[in-house]
Amino acid sequence: MKNGEGRRLNKQAGEDDEEEEDDLEGGLEAWERRYAEDRSWEALQEDESGLLQPIDNSAIYHAQYRRRLRALSLASIAASRIQKGLIRFLYVVIDLSRAASEMDFKPSRMVVVAKHVEAFIREFFDQNPLSQIGLAIIKDGVAHCLTDLGGSPESHIKALMGKLSCSGDSSLQNGLDLVHGFLNQIPTYGHREVLILYSALSTCDPGDIMETIQKCKKSKLRCSVIGLSAEMFICKHLCQETGGTYSVALDESHFKELILEHAPPPPAIAEFAISNLIKMGFPQRAAEGSISICSCHKEAKVGVGYTCPRCKARVCELPTECRICGLQLVSSPHLARSYHHLFPIAPFNEVPSSRLNNSHGRSPSACFGCQQSLLNLGNKPGLNVACPKCKKYFCLECDIYIHESLHNCPGCESYRPSKPVAASGE
Amino acid sequence: MASAPSKLYSDDVSLVVVLLDTNPFFWTTSSFSFSHFLSHVLAFLNAILTLNQLNQVVIIATGCNSCDYVYDSSKTANQSFGNGRMPTLCATLLQNLEEFMTKDEKLGIEEAEERITGSLLSGSLSMALCYIQRVFRSGSLHPQPRILCLQGSPDGPEQYVAIMNAIFSAQRSMVPIDSCYIGAQNSAFLQQASYITGGVHHKPQQLDGLFQYLLTIFATDLHSRSFVQLPKPVGVDFRASCFCHKNTIDMGYICSVCLSIFCTRHKKCSTCGSTFGQAQSDDASATNRKRKAPDS
Repeated sequence: MKNGEGRRLNKQAGEDDEEEEDDLEGGLEAWERRYAEDRSWEALQEDESGLLQPIDNSAIYHAQYRRRLRALSLASIAASRIQKGLIRFLYVVIDLSRAASEMDFKPSRMVVVAKHVEAFIREFFDQNPLSQIGLAIIKDGVAHCLTDLGGSPESHIKALMGKLSCSGDSSLQNGLDLVHGFLNQIPTYGHREVLILYSALSTCDPGDIMETIQKCKKSKLRCSVIGLSAEMFICKHLCQETGGTYSVALDESHFKELILEHAPPPPAIAEFAISNLIKMGFPQRAAEGSISICSCHKEAKVGVGYTCPRCKARVCELPTECRICGLQLVSSPHLARSYHHLFPIAPFNEVPSSRLNNSHGRSPSACFGCQQSLLNLGNKPGLNVACPKCKKYFCLECDIYIHESLHNCPGCESYRPSKPVAASGE
Repeated sequence: MASAPSKLYSDDVSLVVVLLDTNPFFWTTSSFSFSHFLSHVLAFLNAILTLNQLNQVVIIATGCNSCDYVYDSSKTANQSFGNGRMPTLCATLLQNLEEFMTKDEKLGIEEAEERITGSLLSGSLSMALCYIQRVFRSGSLHPQPRILCLQGSPDGPEQYVAIMNAIFSAQRSMVPIDSCYIGAQNSAFLQQASYITGGVHHKPQQLDGLFQYLLTIFATDLHSRSFVQLPKPVGVDFRASCFCHKNTIDMGYICSVCLSIFCTRHKKCSTCGSTFGQAQSDDASATNRKRKAPDS
């Protein structure tokens, strides 16, 4: 298997599975396949003199983006208040049984799963700042805990990459029992979730799996499964009972899509987690080069460390719980990462360029954000947008950047409303 | 700019977006006068422009009622020297700055007279990032952008969310935010901004030597930074500001649903509307866990 992998990385088609590939790709040569996927010729069009020109997609992109934005804002109006389960405790259970060595995903299911789990973990921590992930594997009929629940993506990824080998049978029950034991201990305000990446088509269980499923349901574990081979009744049953989602991946890109769907926070389900106020501290980062004894490893350390604001004890990493006074310690930028979900900015209104030209004296001729000229470039009529609140004009590129990445309206931010409280709503 | 030969675009061409704090409330109370400050900054900007002929400087004024672009070296580079007495940089910058300050002052008078001390850093940061995105869009040959905040007024806690949004956007597009704080107490926002985006934060001890601080710390381009001994951060202040009173706090209550920060206990979350039960449970569970910890 290892050899097969190496060969493929060198971009040489393995002789042994040539026929199989021909069936899949409809008899295309390896060099043709690259272009078949790309469809690069579709991005070209002829202009009036017969020369090939790349298609100007920007208008189409912008229309698509506006549709997306409108759908989003409609949804948020319907919900009026946004409630999301932002504190999640998720166990990712990876099936590393014999079935994970199948080669229907290239180079093998195991490698594909590991690659996308890595991407998923990074994306997960980016979107769920206070959440924690743990990793477990099922192998030889038993489940092992690879990493405990924790907030550092690097340690999880390192642990996973060191344990990549597969053998034996798979046992859904053992996996569920193991994670149930861990997740049952976490506080009630957290959302308990399990994500199972299941390769096998069977499960070898020591007892009655239905009992285990009921146990998970009782402790409010939301179990989701992504299958890699075919739909199984027991997985579907598990997901239905516990309120999770079940999906089966068709190919690698579909698998990636499915796993990344689990990264954004799910809507909060009232009965699953009780909302509560949690007391937390925002420690200061100590100066580089200062020496102190940390309370977590009980060692003298130079440099990096954070000071608990209540008892002034030193801890090495955030987020954590202070060993001395029990205060939850988080870094405030972690929290702030999710705030744009809470204060979305209103979609900008489209302004036809003709109006911009007419009212020349009043409206500015450049985009307020980037100073690009808003007047017609060449002879193409341009489209502009204006913020409904501050009435500043923006170009389309800034519009997309402001709504998708910046989450601030530069116009609204750079004037002071008469009531300072209103500014906080932005 | 785009027609410049590619070999000239090495990794040390920089675009520096300078955010200039023009808040009159700060400058009237400061021991260091604004004109003194400007003379140091002008010399520094000239130095940056002479370090590489393709270097570009954009200046955005951060007022207390508005923000605006006051200088863009790519627009004015080819103009002749005004009346011959001053170089273009100084002449255009000073003229625009004066216009901006009078406009900013007028806006302030229109508003109800309130005690405003902060300047609109969130606005100028957002504008700088929009400008930098435009430079990124201009093609593969673009100067390495960075932002330099020259800030004197204290943090405006009401801008917390907006500034954090801007910081994360800068981090995603790999734009470092350097900051030089010339006010009395240190700024928690600027410390966090520089720490998160990988920029340099510095608070000069001797303001008379501001030019030297600027030149030795903030003039080096991003590539050369790895070879220079830059001042190490003297700790980062990670305090947040609460949503209810806009106070800067180091300990507070977090809503478990939406992660809003409050400085006191509330019955209901003002952001997401969820009601809280079990007032004391978190402290109780914390002590329980603490007691359990030594046994295990």
